[in-house]
Amino acid sequence: MTLFLQFLFAGLTTGSVYALVGIGFNIIYNSTSIINLAQGEFVVLGGLMMWFFLESLQLPFSVSLCLTLLTAAIIGLAQERLTIKPLLKKGDLLLMIMVTIAFSILIRGILMFKFGKDPYTYSPFTEGEPIEIFGAIITQQTLWVIGITVFCIVLLYLFFNKTMTGRAMKACSLDVKAARLMGINVSKVVMLSFLISAVIGAIGGIAITPISLMEYDKGAMLSVKGFCAAILGGLGKSRGAVVGGFTLGMLESLTAGYIHSGFKDAIALLIMLFILFVKPAGIFGKTEILRLRKF
Amino acid sequence: MLKIKNLDVYYGKLYTLKKVSLHLNKGEIVALIGSNGAGKTTLLNTISGLIKPASGIISLEGKDLTKLTPEKIVREGIAQVPEGRHVFKTLSVEENILLGAYSRYSLKTKREIKENIEKIYELFPKLKERKKQLAGTLSGGEQQMLAIGRALMSKPKLLLLDEPSMGLAPNIIKEVFSYIVDLKRVFALTVLLVEQNAKNALKISDRGYVLETGRVILEGSAEDLLMNRDVQRAYLGRDLDAEVRI
Ligand SMILES: Nc1ncnc2c1ncn2[C@@H]1O[C@H](COP(=O)(O)OP(=O)(O)OP(=O)(O)O)[C@@H](O)[C@H]1O
Ligand SMILES: [Mg+2]
Repeated sequence: MTLFLQFLFAGLTTGSVYALVGIGFNIIYNSTSIINLAQGEFVVLGGLMMWFFLESLQLPFSVSLCLTLLTAAIIGLAQERLTIKPLLKKGDLLLMIMVTIAFSILIRGILMFKFGKDPYTYSPFTEGEPIEIFGAIITQQTLWVIGITVFCIVLLYLFFNKTMTGRAMKACSLDVKAARLMGINVSKVVMLSFLISAVIGAIGGIAITPISLMEYDKGAMLSVKGFCAAILGGLGKSRGAVVGGFTLGMLESLTAGYIHSGFKDAIALLIMLFILFVKPAGIFGKTEILRLRKF
Repeated sequence: MLKIKNLDVYYGKLYTLKKVSLHLNKGEIVALIGSNGAGKTTLLNTISGLIKPASGIISLEGKDLTKLTPEKIVREGIAQVPEGRHVFKTLSVEENILLGAYSRYSLKTKREIKENIEKIYELFPKLKERKKQLAGTLSGGEQQMLAIGRALMSKPKLLLLDEPSMGLAPNIIKEVFSYIVDLKRVFALTVLLVEQNAKNALKISDRGYVLETGRVILEGSAEDLLMNRDVQRAYLGRDLDAEVRI
């Protein structure tokens, strides 16, 4: 029981990051139908830049945090303005998705150039004793990761349902023609969706780095896992990515714990194959809607 | 108020609108009739800025619109109720209406917009009853009302209606058309009404244009068009030849 709980908490922690990456996928997918395969790089970027500001430049925590998020936001914006916007008019989705891969390789290259191949970490947000629940040990950073994820989810919920800009983004994802007739600037919505996705990816990276270390090349795997989380819950469904992310995280951690840690990464791929064969629309998605989309 | 002159529109190489000219005076309801593929929707989308013309002039109260984006054109006071209604299906009725006010939404106008929503609900009590319901679950007639209500939220001077009667039962069509007349009065609108249902459309209109394969082939007062033999034959379903024979 204790062991099981221990695995569960570990799963919730990694699951949080998968959920955040998955949400990022969804936000961009909804506004453009693009799968942004550079999504995982923003997690890495968050962790490494945070280390850079915090440890290398010795800046205070809050300043480092703001600068890291700012960096992620700028790079997210740059990705959209420089690589997506010029292609969006042509509407060649496959091309745009390949461009996101190219962008991810570029980011990875720059990060390797700057940080080398070593793993990086910094101290947890708060010092303090781990908490014990039924014998399972939970570090304070674990609570931070889960708490921050929940906070992001609530914030995004409020943004999409209570603000006009959020509603406009939803409107765009539902019906571009009608959205334009309402006076919504679709190009701005696309830009905003890349910005938000970049920032929430970076938040995940900042929170997880004290627990699991960060290296320049973790992004690709995170993209795969986050994508798996997104399609598990149903691509484009916001609660889908949350459920998908936590499910994937826990399955991975239970596999690593009870079977072998070598199988861990295979879980995401197995789930992905399974979903694509059995229920391509995911848990919450509707197959009919999926058929109507180009991708 | 709206002036269109020698408008040419292409889809790639396909010459779709050919030297179209028409105008709307303030406060008029003008019907634009024509069969499938005549280019009616294309014309409305060009006015709204969704399609850019190759040449020609579109001006609203003297201001050129051809270079403006759809977002700007809404803010100039032109709202379109698109063909097939295009409500945001998985958003609630209320959210749909609220999004109609997107172009003029700010902290200052927040209260005013609330009042506007109430006004829309007064006009369409059915929408008020269903304001929490998802728009996609409304009946066709209700979705049409919603699409019209949503368009009115931007406080347009000119309302473009694309086949509001499409897919509706005859008694609902009557209801929708009588609404259009009421709305025009209440909101001091000018209306460009695109219809295949020529008879009903001309009955509530002041003037009309007939579009055929991208050209305006006839124009005149609504009464004249209703009496016109070609219009009767082509659009009002009257078999004149048969009548003569009998
Ligand atoms: N996006 C498009 N790309 C290419 N051709 C198009 C496009 N939209 C419309 N057309 C063509 O332009 C012509 C005019 O179409 P339009 O939709 O304006 O007709 P309409 O008068 O609104 O017809 P309906 O009464 O069926 O709605 C048609 O021949 C149509 O096939
Ligand atoms: Mg049409």
